[in-house]
Amino acid sequence: MSAAPTTEVKPAPPAIEKIKVKVDGREVEVPKLTPDWQGKFAPTTMLQACDIAKKDVPHYCYHPKLPVAGNCRMCLVEFGTPALGPDRKPVMNPDGTPKIAKSPRPAIGCATPISPGMEIYTSTPGVKQMREGVLESLLINHPLDCPICDQAGECKLQEYSVDYGQSASRFVEAKVHKPKAVDLGPRIMLDAERCILCTRCIRFTKDVAGDDALGIVNRGSYNTIATFPGLPFDNNYTLNTVDICPVGALTSKDFRFQMRVWFLKETKSVCTSCATGCNVLISSREEKIYRYTPRDNDAVNGPWMCDAGRLNFKWIHRADRLKDVLVRGQKSSWTAALSEIADKLKQAPAGSVAIVASARQTNEELWLISKLKTKLGALSDSVERTGDADKLLVSADKNPNTNGARLTGICFSEMGINLPKIAAGIAKGAIKTLIVFGEDVTKHGISTELLGKLDTLIVSDILPNATTSAAHYVLPGCAHAEKRGSFTNTKGRVQKFLQAVQPQGEARAEWDFLHDLVYNVTGKNGFLTIEGLFNEMAKDVPAFNGLTWAGLGDTGVTVKI
Amino acid sequence: MSFTVPANLEAEIDELITHYPVKRSASLMLLHALQEHFGHISPEATQWVAKKLGLQPINVHELVTFYPMFRQTAPGKHQIKVCRTLSCALGGSHKLHEHFCTKLGLDPHAHGLQTTKDGKFSVEFVECLAGCGMAPVMMCNEDFHEGVSNAKADEIIGGCR
Repeated sequence: MSAAPTTEVKPAPPAIEKIKVKVDGREVEVPKLTPDWQGKFAPTTMLQACDIAKKDVPHYCYHPKLPVAGNCRMCLVEFGTPALGPDRKPVMNPDGTPKIAKSPRPAIGCATPISPGMEIYTSTPGVKQMREGVLESLLINHPLDCPICDQAGECKLQEYSVDYGQSASRFVEAKVHKPKAVDLGPRIMLDAERCILCTRCIRFTKDVAGDDALGIVNRGSYNTIATFPGLPFDNNYTLNTVDICPVGALTSKDFRFQMRVWFLKETKSVCTSCATGCNVLISSREEKIYRYTPRDNDAVNGPWMCDAGRLNFKWIHRADRLKDVLVRGQKSSWTAALSEIADKLKQAPAGSVAIVASARQTNEELWLISKLKTKLGALSDSVERTGDADKLLVSADKNPNTNGARLTGICFSEMGINLPKIAAGIAKGAIKTLIVFGEDVTKHGISTELLGKLDTLIVSDILPNATTSAAHYVLPGCAHAEKRGSFTNTKGRVQKFLQAVQPQGEARAEWDFLHDLVYNVTGKNGFLTIEGLFNEMAKDVPAFNGLTWAGLGDTGVTVKI
Repeated sequence: MSFTVPANLEAEIDELITHYPVKRSASLMLLHALQEHFGHISPEATQWVAKKLGLQPINVHELVTFYPMFRQTAPGKHQIKVCRTLSCALGGSHKLHEHFCTKLGLDPHAHGLQTTKDGKFSVEFVECLAGCGMAPVMMCNEDFHEGVSNAKADEIIGGCR
């Protein structure tokens, strides 16, 4: 690990007493207190102790980031505590070990605190029988049609049925049929028959999202998750309930019945919809992206992400993506276009070039552009994007890499103040060449008429816009899902993302062709891979000093911003 | 459809709320008061109670759907309640219930309260009416009937018409 500077205020870990318990005969030392769903210290539970002892305890309703409900009963375990004699002293066995008084009843692991010397039994015949019993009762009214269920492959009920289920149902009575394909809200569809009433969705939306919209209506075997009739389940976090639903009850309208989950390739990535940089998994198959799901990172998003960010990937597959290298409107090749551009840039007098880069680009790309900027003595800036923020995850800054643009020197802390200067420079005729990356400058004060005054307009983008159509050179770029790189989020966390799908047509990752261009113009070299490039950048940019690509890990490193 | 609660009933309800340390605890009492007045609890009534107690409508809706004695739609003019707890179940209450349903053109196997199309009769199963010695027992509105045979059932229906 790198010794990276960090701005995270880490409170000195409070001295937490450790206590010894035995899980299935093996002694483990566990902290007496463990952070609960809100991060407050609470007595460690048997389930958490089993987790530390690497003993799997099946559960449905328990979720580490939700209040404990204890209703599914799947985590029932047997346990015992040291026996006390009439003198309140521990009773000893003849061999000197403390005598354990086994509890006559089992207890749910998720809600029972541990005590010193406790013994937990997770694999006794009794526990196995209880799990079988709980599972059988959950399956009473549950349809037995996994092959047509959208959750198949990532269903806890299916997984535990393999472990503890029976091969055939003993239930001969008529099943209660509950409503299917219930439209809960604009993004959520409920199959009430598959619901096991764990209430994870209710707790999430009430206690985490702060929208008390879901409840259980009717009673007994007719129990159903529902909203109040006429009030749709519609906040910006509804799709998280699909993630935490352990069964196929809550499904995403966007993803349901689109693809079997076992065909999906999962790629670790970062959401680009705002500066929070929620960690995501991109699920794709055969170069098509099917869904984003949040990836656990307690330093950024926990296990959650917003609906808007989650569904913001459709544009990647738009038919009008820029796929060809264009030189003055004619199809060309990368080699030809890049060497022509390099020649022009080398001849350009100092001060005659300006650069508008996007804060949607990666740290590495922005750093490469900053190399060009230094060499050419260019004015540079980026474009600010703001919107509404919320209390949970969404940031008001809609650029994923504002801090990257600042740290690499592409823009000042106040983004966009150079744009009028660039516009004025073009108007005066002082600026003859403009390089634009990923922005439509005609919407940001540099009109199409001004662009017409330029000798050379070099534009790299992903989708066509007014700037790309005015460009002399169009260099087709990649969506983040099509390349590797890193972003610096609003709190200064540098997070890397990996490539999920191949670029479209002739498009190349910006860092890849920028490397060629920077080499041609400045003669700098030595970063042919993203790893090498990142490490080179980390040496050059003070804020990134000490970072390495490998050292970023899956969840990133926080730097001082 | 606008939903208005008469001033005297609202005053009564406001007083009811003061009986409880937490407003939410008064939910059931408010629902009883509204059902007594309106005959059933409409979605508007549920929303009214939620607003009164500072809750979300779903919180009150859960209660309304949980308790079978809260009516979500207007019940029939005559409410027939057949006991199905153990003694009556052994004494033939399911046959009695089926008899009422067939007689009144209702589905004996449907779940919950059923009302005839003309709104005259409602038939439902209830739990113990405390007449176990004379099973099967039933109630028609506020009247209690013991040892109800099919013939007696017909008489009861006849008495209502």
